[in-house]
This record gives sequence, C-alpha cells and structure tokens, in this order.
Amino acid sequence: MAGAKEIRTQIGSIKNTQKITRAMEMVAAAKMRKAQDRMLASRPYAEKMRQVIGHLSLAHPEQKHPFLERREVKAVGYIIISSDRGLCGGLNNNLFRALVKEVKALQEEEKGVKFCLVGNKAVAFFSRVGGQVLAQATQLGDVPHVEDLVGTVKVMLDAYLDGEVDEIRIAYNRFVNTMTQDPTVERLVPLPEPSEEEREKLKHHWDYIYEPDAREVLEDLLARYIESLVYQSVVENGACEQSARMVAMKAASDNAGSLIDELELVYNKARQAAITQEISEIVSGAAAV
Amino acid sequence: MAMTVHVDIVSAEGELYSGQGEMIYAPAVMGEIGIAPRHAPLVTRLKPGDVRVAPGGGKPMEHFYVSGGIIEVQPFRVTIMADTGVRAADLDEAAALEAKKRAEEALANKTGEMEVARAQAELAEAVAQLQTIEKLRKMKK
Repeated sequence: MAGAKEIRTQIGSIKNTQKITRAMEMVAAAKMRKAQDRMLASRPYAEKMRQVIGHLSLAHPEQKHPFLERREVKAVGYIIISSDRGLCGGLNNNLFRALVKEVKALQEEEKGVKFCLVGNKAVAFFSRVGGQVLAQATQLGDVPHVEDLVGTVKVMLDAYLDGEVDEIRIAYNRFVNTMTQDPTVERLVPLPEPSEEEREKLKHHWDYIYEPDAREVLEDLLARYIESLVYQSVVENGACEQSARMVAMKAASDNAGSLIDELELVYNKARQAAITQEISEIVSGAAAV
Repeated sequence: MAMTVHVDIVSAEGELYSGQGEMIYAPAVMGEIGIAPRHAPLVTRLKPGDVRVAPGGGKPMEHFYVSGGIIEVQPFRVTIMADTGVRAADLDEAAALEAKKRAEEALANKTGEMEVARAQAELAEAVAQLQTIEKLRKMKK
C-alpha cells in the first residue's frame, strides 16, 4: 500500500494549506470592513477642502497658484500606491501593467518620468524595472497615517514647483466593491479647473478675510488637500488589498477543497484495490492447498 | 433660543464633531479667536491648541485638541480642518528628506537640524496639550 500512504500525506499537507488560506480569508474579511470604514471617514475632509479651495481660487483669479496653473508637460511624476504584502491576487500586477503601458507611451514621446513609491510591492517592482525614483514610503501598516505620507508627497510637490515635473499623476486601485478593484491613474496636479456651474454660483460671492494672507492660506490649503487626496488613495488601496486578498484566499481554499476530494477518491480506489488483491491472493492460496 | 452656527470639525482620518454651536474658540496663528454666529467670512491657519465649542442649550463645552489646521468661517457655518499630527515647515521638510533618503538608501548628515526642528515642534505641541489639560482641570473644579 505504498501508493496509498503517499496520497495520505499529500492530503494532509493540502489540508494544512487550506487551514492557512481559510484563516487568511477570515482575517482579510475583518480587516476589509475596517478599511472600508476608514475610507468613508476620510471623505468629508477632502470635500470641505475642495469647497474652500474653490472659493479661494475663484475669489482671487489674479493670484494664480502653480498648482492651479496648467503648463506644457515635459515630464510626468507618478505617485504609485501599492500594498506592502503579497497574496492578494493580481491587485498590484494589474496596476503596474496599466502603469507600464502609460509610461512606455510617455517615453516614446520622449517625456521624462519620475516616481514616488508607496508600498513594498511598488518598490520591489521598480527596483527590477528601473526608473528614476525620487522617494518612497513603505510599511504603512493596516492603519495608514497622513504623517507617514507627508514626506513622500512633499518631494513630489517640490519637484513640481521646481519644474522638474509638469504634472503629477497618482496610480492606485479604486475600490468599486468587494469583487471589483479598478486600477486607476489620475491627474493630481494641476488641479482640475472649477466647472462653469460652480463659477457661476460663486460669481457674486463675498470674499474671506485672510490671516495672515490669502497666498499663504491658499498654499497651506493646497498642500493639505493634495495630501488628503493621496491619503484617500492609500486608504482606498488598503481596502482593495484586503478585499482582493479575501477573494484570492477564498478561491485558494475552494481549490484545496476540490483537490482533497479528488485525492480522497484516488486514495479510496487504491485502498480497495489493495484489499481486493489481498483477498484474491488468500483465496487462490487456499485453493492451491 | 440663542442663535447658533453649524460647526464641523474634520481631520483627514475622520470626522470629529458635527453639530450646532453658540460660540467657538480656536487658536489661530495670530492669536486665539472667538467666533459667534454671523461672524464675517474668515480663513486662517491654526496652531497647536484646543478648540472649544459651546453647543448651547445648557450643554457642557466640547473640547478638542488640534495640532494645527485651517479654520473656515462663514456666517452660519464654521469648518475646522484639523491636522492629525504635528506639522511645521521644517518638519515637513524633514519628512521629505527622510522619504528621499529612504529612496536613495544613503545616510544624510543633516540629522542635527532635523532633530532640532522636530524637538521644537514636539515641545510646542506638548505645551499646548498641557495647557488644554490645565484648562480642563480648572473647569472641573
């Protein structure tokens, strides 16, 4: 029964793997819920900021801030948000694939490309692929904080102000629902122009009193606004990571289950064959006597 | 009933307070400001300190500690966008340097300056926190 024993150990090891994937699935499901809550919690902040910035930029059309001004794009900076850990299906790879396509197109037009990386997976990917990396932040954990991102964002914004890059884009996975994550690349800076409707609404609007002065307040606001957008993307990417991991681990557990079923069938057949053989040996032996 | 103004206190990581207020006190960069309903529109930066909201109707004063941020005042609406951590220009610079350093994986020798900026900002925050605690204590008595 040598074959049968081998099959038994194989079933055992698959069962162990299944235990792990099932545990990971449950952990991911619990974390996903929390990550989704965080995602919703950070929305009001960005919304309020957008309103104030809208007011400010419309009230002071003569003061053009570089973040609001469009210029000819010679170099693009990417802030790339990825997860720190693997085992989450094709989440990071899908994003990188979309990104590489864009970057190639830019390089063909002979435009510069620079990166700021968030998350271990992006760091690992770009150390293999190459590219000019300005800054990186890793090990943000399950509860990312704005402070952890301030440095990375500032490097990019400084590069923009110095004219090293003329546009900043952010790449992350957008959370659609538990089953779907959407790899997204969006323009972060310059900020989109306010719509005609908003312009009309604010045309006859009062102006604020500024302390210390409008320019400084606007600068502060814009930096924080962009940080909050990046933070929002990081949180959203975190929710995507957990849900992708949950789905991937569920698939792995299911696969392990069907593999075990198949192997058990093979094992039972082998066992029965061995017993049948033994009986026929005994019977034929008895007949011979 | 006394006049009230709608108050929202939000930080990037979540909403802290949303409700009515009869009077709001906030630590603006140019000195502490008190805002009553129908205040003229105002935007200013905040420094570390405590924000107090008197909800009115005999309810006790609400206290929040902010480590900086921006306050936007409209006649019937006050929004405070609070920072979640200690922020200062030098510190932001330090964080940027750190991120760069991580990317370059090289040792920078500028740690001295960074440490001082960090210590100063932390001290300012600690002092402000102490003051908030002190005020709370006095109120309890």
